[in-house]
Amino acid sequence: MNPKRKLHEKLFSWFDDRFEISPLVEFMRHKQVPVHRHTIWYYMGGVTLFLFVVQVMSGILLVLYYKADENAAFESVRFIMTKVQFGWLVRSIHSWSANLMVFFVFVHMFSTFFTRAYAKPRELTWITGFVLLVLALGFGFTGYLLPWNELAFFATKVGTDIVGAIPLVGDPLKIVLRGGEDVTGATLSRFYAIHIAILPALFTVLLGLHLLFVQRQGMHEPEHIAALPTEKKRMLPFFPNFLLRDVLLWFVVLNVLLCLAVFFPWGLGEKADPFSSAPAGIRPEWYFMFMFQTLKLIPAHVFFLEGEVLGIVAFGLAGLAWLLVPFWGRGFSRADRRAGMTLVGVAAIVYIAVLTVVGYLL
Amino acid sequence: MLGWLGSVLYPVIAYLQPPKIPEASVQSVKAGLASGFPANSGQIVKFGRKPVVLIRTDTGDFRAFSATCTHLECIVQYRTDLKQIWCACHNGRYDLRGRNVSGPPPRPLDEYAVKVVSDEIYVTKQADAS
Repeated sequence: MNPKRKLHEKLFSWFDDRFEISPLVEFMRHKQVPVHRHTIWYYMGGVTLFLFVVQVMSGILLVLYYKADENAAFESVRFIMTKVQFGWLVRSIHSWSANLMVFFVFVHMFSTFFTRAYAKPRELTWITGFVLLVLALGFGFTGYLLPWNELAFFATKVGTDIVGAIPLVGDPLKIVLRGGEDVTGATLSRFYAIHIAILPALFTVLLGLHLLFVQRQGMHEPEHIAALPTEKKRMLPFFPNFLLRDVLLWFVVLNVLLCLAVFFPWGLGEKADPFSSAPAGIRPEWYFMFMFQTLKLIPAHVFFLEGEVLGIVAFGLAGLAWLLVPFWGRGFSRADRRAGMTLVGVAAIVYIAVLTVVGYLL
Repeated sequence: MLGWLGSVLYPVIAYLQPPKIPEASVQSVKAGLASGFPANSGQIVKFGRKPVVLIRTDTGDFRAFSATCTHLECIVQYRTDLKQIWCACHNGRYDLRGRNVSGPPPRPLDEYAVKVVSDEIYVTKQADAS
């Protein structure tokens, strides 16, 4: 062994002897990111990942003081916010970061949709991404209840009752989710377990697969870039150039997050009381607003179906269709398929945006 | 293979089903004094583990209904301005007979009987109220 070698070279050599990591390093060295007018969208997944890491870290800090009990949950969050040093900041970061993460998940998803990055051979990247979106919404829904406040209590009542409206399996599923017939302390325990154990485990596995697929297949190139000859394509080395830009954007997002958390600290509201009426102006988190508003607008009965059943079936079918996006329009020409997909994507965004705005205005 | 899967999954699924907790059957509850209950007002009363909305109408009559909205189970309230029972969650409305009159609720609210004996209000489960 050469004694003049630097420490990091020795370390590398030690690992390389045992795990053969040279090919991996070689792969990273040659990995390139296409540069074109849509390159900005490549960063959205990384921002989402960064916010997930913030969620994990701030969540671990919150768990140290949080108590998942109907008589202590609200008080423990109040204790975190008023007595624990910087507790208000940690809780505010966790809440704001959750919202930003869901926002960037949507941005990432729609950018993938409109650049058609889901197409062959990236079908499974889209599908794992869709499951990650559902899990992210699950994180939001279960985490919302944990402070055990009035808004959370009714949001959970409504949300779990919607689950109960699923034909055939809805009722038993609702009871399993709630830990009984009603939303009680048992529901809080279950949501806590789902929020800090089940969802993180599933999310980590799916995220690992999603990232593995992205690394293995490389970044998607839009069709007009892919059609260019190699010498006309502009490329950026992933390591370190792209990664450093990624990190720079993470710092920008971190600053925005901290500004939001400090200047608009997340409130706690009133403690949940199972025997008080739902307060006027009750509404769910913004990312559930379009579904909430839809359920408000559907009449009590549509033909032979109850309105809520129709709503849940419609959203279920829409979700299934979205999951299967890579397989749409196989029998159509490429141009027709592209036009149709763009129309559907725009319609989905307009629907979500309009119903969300209407939900806040009415 | 199927047998093995069943022997693993069945206990897990059974474990997830919460045990049924026997509930004392409540038939009637006291809900305060009639003299302290103003006309055109309402309040939520605990009926065992269920909430009930007790209303005194303009004319002084008492009415009581299940306070669980038949749409998505939010707890309703009496709106003095509308003189209707209202659910804040999805803007569902019921009249003072508990009938769903507007918004998404698909069914009327279950009605409870109300009696006033020596100024004490008693809310009682009706035969068809669950």
